[in-house]
Amino acid sequence: MSRCLISNNIRKLRFYTHEMTQQELADRTGVTRQTIIAIENGKYSPTLDLAFRIARVFNTQLEEVFSYMPEQNPDKE
Amino acid sequence: MKENTYSREKQILVSLITSVVILGCYALYVYHRYISVNPGIINDLKFWGKAFLVLIPLSILAQIIIHIVFAIINKIVTNEDIPVLSDERDKLIELKTIRLSHWIFIGGFLLAMGSQAAGMEPWIMFLTLILSGFTATIVSEIARIIFYRKGF
Repeated sequence: MSRCLISNNIRKLRFYTHEMTQQELADRTGVTRQTIIAIENGKYSPTLDLAFRIARVFNTQLEEVFSYMPEQNPDKE
Repeated sequence: MKENTYSREKQILVSLITSVVILGCYALYVYHRYISVNPGIINDLKFWGKAFLVLIPLSILAQIIIHIVFAIINKIVTNEDIPVLSDERDKLIELKTIRLSHWIFIGGFLLAMGSQAAGMEPWIMFLTLILSGFTATIVSEIARIIFYRKGF
């Protein structure tokens, strides 16, 4: 299994959006709750389309929701 | 989280068990009805043609009926609906498992053709085809469960 390099703030954003439930976010973005859970846990990187839909639900920019973390090369450290 | 995950996994498990049961029952039926009576029939191409033609629609029909029955029983027992929505993640998992089953079946197909190229009897080819199709189904269903549980 490849490691997911995209981290997200969905949990935090849900909390600040009146404790929005995962099911509510799933309904508003047109996916299953299982997919939202997988994204939150970093087990699945959403498509650009879904990423924008999630950002739109929180009324924020994409970068506020997702960030790319390039894999650190231990040899360089 | 869990109820949705479990619903999907239960669906896949039902599919897996159904595949095993259908092929097992059909193999037993064909063996007792035809092969044990006339062992020479296994090299008859007409016999294998009929066996394949019956097996494919039978398994599709049985899968549909069993899934409907499962959905009804599941609703009665757990009061939860079987997820009908298929989103981008479901489709991606489906694509990955279809690719996996495709390669397994291709491997089996090559083995089956190889058996004929090596001059083996026709029944070996047909049996290899059935077993590779069955293995492809089982492996893809197991892979689906793993993809749903662990991500990809």
